[in-house]
Amino acid sequence: MANFKKLNYKRETKKSKSLTRFLENDNIAGYIFISPWIIGFIAFTAIPVLASLWFSFTDYDLLTSPNFIGLDNYKKMFKDDEVYRKSLFVTFYFVFASVPLRLIFALFVAMLLTVKTKISGLYRTVFYIPSIIGGSIAIAVIWKRIFHDDGVLNDLLAMIGIKTNISYLTNEKTAIWTLIILAVWQFGSSMLIFLAGLKQIPDSYYEAAKIDGANKFQNFFKITIPMLTPIIFFNLVMQIIQGFMSFTQSFVITSGKPMNSTLFYSVYMYNRSFKFFEMGYGSAMAWVMLLIIAAFTIIVFKSSGSWVYYETKEDK
Amino acid sequence: MNYKTLTEENGQNALFKRTLHRLNNKHVKKILYHICMLVFSIIMIYPVLWMVMSSFKGNTEIFTNASSLIPKEFLFENYKIGWKGFGGDTFSIFFKNSFIISTISTIGAVLSSVLIAYSFARIKFKGSRIMFSIMLMTLMLPYQIIAIPQFIIYQKMDLINTFWPLILPNFFGFPFFIFLNMQFIRGIPSDMDEAAVIDGCNRYTIFTKIILPLLKPSIVTSTIFSFYWRWEDFFAPLLFLNKPKLYTIPLALRIFADPTSVSNWSGMLAMATLSLVPVLFIFFLFQKYLVEGIATTGIKG
Repeated sequence: MANFKKLNYKRETKKSKSLTRFLENDNIAGYIFISPWIIGFIAFTAIPVLASLWFSFTDYDLLTSPNFIGLDNYKKMFKDDEVYRKSLFVTFYFVFASVPLRLIFALFVAMLLTVKTKISGLYRTVFYIPSIIGGSIAIAVIWKRIFHDDGVLNDLLAMIGIKTNISYLTNEKTAIWTLIILAVWQFGSSMLIFLAGLKQIPDSYYEAAKIDGANKFQNFFKITIPMLTPIIFFNLVMQIIQGFMSFTQSFVITSGKPMNSTLFYSVYMYNRSFKFFEMGYGSAMAWVMLLIIAAFTIIVFKSSGSWVYYETKEDK
Repeated sequence: MNYKTLTEENGQNALFKRTLHRLNNKHVKKILYHICMLVFSIIMIYPVLWMVMSSFKGNTEIFTNASSLIPKEFLFENYKIGWKGFGGDTFSIFFKNSFIISTISTIGAVLSSVLIAYSFARIKFKGSRIMFSIMLMTLMLPYQIIAIPQFIIYQKMDLINTFWPLILPNFFGFPFFIFLNMQFIRGIPSDMDEAAVIDGCNRYTIFTKIILPLLKPSIVTSTIFSFYWRWEDFFAPLLFLNKPKLYTIPLALRIFADPTSVSNWSGMLAMATLSLVPVLFIFFLFQKYLVEGIATTGIKG
């Protein structure tokens, strides 16, 4: 370490013996700082992932030792297990309804918040609060109360003269939408990301557009959207992935009912693995989930070239 | 209709239009904007307000007076009743468990992530690029994939129904916090490192004397997010804890709200409200850090 000082001056002059030592030192320092990650990655990620792959080819049930059964788990999933296919459909439905809606909402509200007023900060806070508490069990429990047949929503509707006693949570058509609404309600953090992105668009672009006689719609579709696409794209990928992993809402609010119409993939996986202890089958389901997520990531990244606009360096 | 009245009418019309136009441009637009935003704000915040206000309502009033935000009378004893919990376990146990797990996990996650971030951001060493891309890939890895093997390992080690499975993994860095702190470290001019080298610093003293003190904002942001996630985490405690004495608040709330056992709605709502108090308290204290954290990484975590 003592050589560090001297070497910095010599760095560009010649490759001395001490320079290699210096490099060695940096290597060692780097690995010392990074060591927690390496240990954690091996112990808590790499080994479990490989173990999971192995279990997916077995009939492991936690009590008896695992037997290799080849692709049977995977065959069962797509051939015999109707509930599995239902859960796959439900999850896709949830993700493709909630993620675009949330992003559109976030962008729309972020645009509205670019208008500077004395209480803009207050609006921003109010819209962001659902994002930090929306995933909690407290809110899940509240959601149950709101959409119950004698709950808050029907009471509110009655006040404006619409008398219904729909039980949103036990109706096959509406149950999934209570979960989608909960997901869209948490648009606040995406909104903050868009707000930060909107601030970075140079005013000169809009000024130039004004001289060219562009209207607000043209501004939005020709300047704002193209400039924001990297952000939109990144959030789309991340939120699709997170959407696939959603668990708590379905598990607590609807428990997958009615008729499995809200049975999320990870809830079904949990039931199979930890209620019936079909660890082998559960692992196979986990791997299919991983493949779906990987496929989506690749598709979205590959297609990004055609619609994502990255600002060239000269502009910055 | 003769010519005169026609022009008069036209004149009045024009005047009316002009004033309307002026109003339209300034005040009407502004007022409309605020009305829309206020209505929207109320809709957004209504569920939260409803929870807080209903926690003071009586057990039947929650149903008979469902949507109202103002209880007929404020029943503060709901909090006392709710605190008693269920099956002899009070909420002091659940709060204590949640605090222990969230605090220790957060310290571990932030400390380890800062070390790792420094290494990735500042030190060039063999394999750092590959490891960085692997780290980014784990950001997308579903927890469910590793949950089953982890459960089996912890079971073999007899660690189910202890806090170890919930606390230990946090001490090995968190991709999101590594990324967040890296962004901040990259923003610190490397001239400072070089100046420190001239003053006789090495990699370790640069970290403790220069980088660490400057990292305060991103450390605060990471701490808040980590605490939130641990506090609200449901899946991991559900897997590893099944004795009521070990329950964290989310687990306890779920049992408390179970339709087959719930008879005390107001007590439950009171505890639900209490469970969000630390979250909202931290939010209002550190709002600036949160907003900046989200803006700099572009990830909501």
